[in-house]
Amino acid sequence: MLNPKLKLNPKIFNSDVEQVSIRKGFGEGLLKAGEIDKNVVGLCADLNESTQMNLFADKFPERFVQVGVAEQNMVTVASGMAAMGKIPFCSSYAVFSPGRNWEQIRTTITFNDRPVKIVGSHSGVSVGPDGGTHQALEDVALMRVMPNIDVISPCDAMEAKKATLALVKTGKPAYLRLVREKTPIITTEKTPFSIGKAEIYWLPDIGLAQVGIIVTGGLIHRALLAAKELETEGIKTRVMNLSSIKPIDVDAIVALAKECKKIVTVEEHQIAGGMGSAVAEVLAQNYPVPMEFIGIRDLFGQSGKPDELIEHYGMGKNSIKEAVKKVLARKL
Amino acid sequence: MLLTDEKIKELAIKANDIRQSIIEMLVEAGSGHTAGPLGMADIFTLFYFHILKHDPKNPSWEERDRVVLSNGHICPVLYAAMAHAGYFPIEELKTLRKFGTRLQGHPHREYLPYVDTSSGPLGCGLSQAVGMALADKMDGSTSLTTSRFIYCFMSDGELDEGNTWEAVMLAGKNKLRNLIAIVDRNNIQVEGMTEDVMPLEPLQSKWRAFNWHVIEVSGHDFQMLNESIEEAQAIEKPTVIIAHTIPGKGVKEFEKNYKWHGKIPNKEEGEMALKELRALRF
Repeated sequence: MLNPKLKLNPKIFNSDVEQVSIRKGFGEGLLKAGEIDKNVVGLCADLNESTQMNLFADKFPERFVQVGVAEQNMVTVASGMAAMGKIPFCSSYAVFSPGRNWEQIRTTITFNDRPVKIVGSHSGVSVGPDGGTHQALEDVALMRVMPNIDVISPCDAMEAKKATLALVKTGKPAYLRLVREKTPIITTEKTPFSIGKAEIYWLPDIGLAQVGIIVTGGLIHRALLAAKELETEGIKTRVMNLSSIKPIDVDAIVALAKECKKIVTVEEHQIAGGMGSAVAEVLAQNYPVPMEFIGIRDLFGQSGKPDELIEHYGMGKNSIKEAVKKVLARKL
Repeated sequence: MLLTDEKIKELAIKANDIRQSIIEMLVEAGSGHTAGPLGMADIFTLFYFHILKHDPKNPSWEERDRVVLSNGHICPVLYAAMAHAGYFPIEELKTLRKFGTRLQGHPHREYLPYVDTSSGPLGCGLSQAVGMALADKMDGSTSLTTSRFIYCFMSDGELDEGNTWEAVMLAGKNKLRNLIAIVDRNNIQVEGMTEDVMPLEPLQSKWRAFNWHVIEVSGHDFQMLNESIEEAQAIEKPTVIIAHTIPGKGVKEFEKNYKWHGKIPNKEEGEMALKELRALRF
């Protein structure tokens, strides 16, 4: 059942569940952040509307910097602004930022410890028809490998809004990962979110779960659908929303592994270096259990419809169910 | 305002002290860069002992001018100028590049909070300075009477970097009058002369095309340098001062030979250099 304590959207399993893009949640969050804190500034590399920063830019034109198609400049200028007390949010497609400008982020933001927030939209294959060049599948790995930076991948628009507001107050660098396509609304205003904390969104009605499914980003809806179907097939699971990839909630992950003894991770990212790898690092050191990974298997994406690409690359509901059954059959 | 002869003599003596510190640091460290720091010693002396609005006893003073050293590898001249200005003991210069030092091989703010930014990798200093100047402009604190200036020291070699020109473009667009860049035009880079590795000329017209005010000046003439900085402060757009410097300046053996860009003197060469510098009279 859905975790009753978390006040999740009761319509999650309805066919008419409301769908909003995660990037829109960021746009609304930044607008609100701008109203709350006058030090919040926005920088964009000619993709204002695509990244939904236009909501902020229209309301606060004096606090918005259009840098043109220059992602390396965008983040380094942001570093300088942060040095003067600003809280800069920089948005572009994730392939370009933090893709193209990784070393600038390392030197001037994380190494330099300046509270710049890198916002990468259009992550994952669900970017769709634009094809492989524009589908960021490596961004989490690029960011989480660096000291000093938080990495957040919200599960829906509502959580993206909360994450944006939370990042204003951390006083440190962050990467916020967004998705282009509309995805189902999973959480509500009342659902808790805090950086560094994972939450269990689905759990058995009674008794212990046999498999723990850990998800980051918009694929959580597919994971919840899989969990519901598995329940009718007699397989009990827990589904964890791990939107905060760094800092990572070690206690919650270890507790889940201790209960279930089997783990499946689900993300729209390369398996190498992604969220699943981060979970494996935690479990290998604390409580090793068999794991299966849902994600991209060392491939680049291609053009297509978002849903068909997610199916093609083995990240759909049925793939998640198969992974659960596979890990269940494995011995410790 | 014109510098008095007395002030110029004082600056020349200080610059010579700083050059000696640079040689001592590098010999002790056993690695680093020689030509750039010696070439920029006069400019850093002028800034730390005349131009900059700063307080070495209160390094985080909010109203201070900001200094971005983009080409972090010439940090021995920055460290030596700061030590002589009173930020930390001159004796500490001998810890350069050693384990546990505040004086990292390239400046790192975590170890030495007195620097306004960590730096080293080329091409991203000017962008940070642009960001600082933009932030001040947003806050409306760039009028002639209330303003602080953002100074960015950079090398000519790093003008090869695309990121530099992205920053040049943005500064010109935003007419950042509180931003002053100083390019160390010493004509050398790691692999040889800049005009052989990657030609930069005509350099003046490149900056001018991006709506910058451009001044070309000798990097060893205190009077002319001071005048050019005062001119830059009064202009309603960003200014670049292309400062012609002699790499390795002060030590004949090191001057104008690109091989001293990334090479340091051994103990004997260091002694010879110090002897030459100590013999200079002003």
